[in-house]
Amino acid sequence: MLELINVNKTFNVGTANEKKALDNLSLTLNDEDFVTVIGGNGAGKSTMLNAIAGTFRIDSGSIILDGMNITSLPEHKRAAFLGRVFQDPQMGTAPSMMIEENMALAARRGQRRGLSWGISEAERTQYYELLKSFDLGLEDRMTTKVGILSGGQRQALTLLMATIKKPKFLLLDEHTAALDPKTAAKVLALSEEIVTREKLTTLMITHNMKDAIRYGNRLVMMDEGRIVLDISGEAKKKLTVAELLAKFSEASGHDETSDKMLLS
Amino acid sequence: MTSLLNALPGAVSQGLIWGIMAIGVYITFRVLDIADLTVDGSLATGGATCIMLIRAGLNPWVALLIAFAVGMIAGFVTGILHTKCGIPAILAGILTQLSLYSINLRIMESKANQPVSVDKYPLLVSSRHVGGFTLKNPIFLMIIIAIVLITVLYWFFGTEKGCSIRATGANSNMARAQGINTNSNKILGLMLSNGLVAVSGALLAQYQGSADVNMGRGAIVIGLAAVIIGEVIFGKIFKQFWLTLLAVVIGAVIYYVVLQLVLMMGLNTNDLKMLTAVIVAIFLAIPFWKNKIAGKRLGKKEASKDA
Repeated sequence: MLELINVNKTFNVGTANEKKALDNLSLTLNDEDFVTVIGGNGAGKSTMLNAIAGTFRIDSGSIILDGMNITSLPEHKRAAFLGRVFQDPQMGTAPSMMIEENMALAARRGQRRGLSWGISEAERTQYYELLKSFDLGLEDRMTTKVGILSGGQRQALTLLMATIKKPKFLLLDEHTAALDPKTAAKVLALSEEIVTREKLTTLMITHNMKDAIRYGNRLVMMDEGRIVLDISGEAKKKLTVAELLAKFSEASGHDETSDKMLLS
Repeated sequence: MTSLLNALPGAVSQGLIWGIMAIGVYITFRVLDIADLTVDGSLATGGATCIMLIRAGLNPWVALLIAFAVGMIAGFVTGILHTKCGIPAILAGILTQLSLYSINLRIMESKANQPVSVDKYPLLVSSRHVGGFTLKNPIFLMIIIAIVLITVLYWFFGTEKGCSIRATGANSNMARAQGINTNSNKILGLMLSNGLVAVSGALLAQYQGSADVNMGRGAIVIGLAAVIIGEVIFGKIFKQFWLTLLAVVIGAVIYYVVLQLVLMMGLNTNDLKMLTAVIVAIFLAIPFWKNKIAGKRLGKKEASKDA
């Protein structure tokens, strides 16, 4: 269980660009929740994910994981129980390293890295089978440098790396936004497959309302650094895009037409 | 021609010694993606430490090892300034380098130059023996040292720890997301690099028969020149890590042989540093220009498609 309690974060304090990104945000994620997160630009979606990942220190509030306070734990230590996929396909992999090396790095997440060899033969076989099972055409290119893969391939690989060692939480930050529609659909389907099979607790940010309704068991809508809507279970299954838009204007007090532009 | 052949062994010896320095530069500049200017100071620190210890009667191998450790401390200081104090890497290196100048003078008992005679001390390498076909010829020992170092570094960068250092340089965001402490890895890389640079300085000082407080001036540029020459000539064929390191060492040798050549053709010694800087600047600019030209061509293609 992950709890965000009264989390506040303001960027660029004391400058003209001062922005309150998280405003007394509270959210509790139960185990095996698959939560989709929607909201307009600047609503604080990515900031919330990064606060959980520890990319920056929050100004106040606390983050509790399974009863343990991780508010001041540095990013690389939190990685032990987090899997992350970023919006930018460049961000999740090391371009100058081979596919298998990237996977081996991810497989050691949360472990002490010592002087034993970086990748074992047994691992190579295991990665080969894993890549093959995902049908990405990468299993025969394991010694290829990741830098020459396409954005979709890199994103799929990042997803595998995020889950190769089962994380307590999977954080997907608009991970299909930079891909063409066909590749995006494939990566999204792959994400759901992994999340369902591994029963991963997942937070997925998306700009696509339909995806937000179709995937996951719970939907959260953010606006101005707060959560304005939290629907789960049967109520979520019955949602339509039109209803969601209406709820968004209602909750945030924004004009509906301008929000359509941001959310559709 | 004969004079060139006579000068060649000296140039090769010096090139091999600088090759170790260039490996150190490769670790920061290419593996960690940090331009570390500490090396201008740590090269002289290695030389000063080793020469003073040898003069005090210590075994040259032990002195070499201590020079390595002292170089690592210099890299540690730069690493702390960069990661824990938030100072940009280049500036952190310059600060350490500057303070090393004073430290090096302290080490050398406030003298700018300290000699060490090959007649009095059992030096590992010396320009004295460069002509002969004996085991004392510095070329033999330097080749062995280079092979050992390349082997050890190939092993190290293949380990879990070494891979995590490479990931830190390749994509620090990804590295942190995979639970890698990028700050401590940067410090470790800087330590390793400056340790090797100090070893190079220690060998260079023995080879020249003295340690000089100014011996590291512009060292970073020579190291970069070696890295770039190695990449330009062997980049297409040498893909594996250990071959890349080998290419860097050969790059340093080529640099010194070419240097010898242009000196014999009558180049003024005083103009050398500028020549080196110009060559390095051009080779650093080439990839940038290539991208620009490729971008322009692509732009034109796209434009014609639209029309």
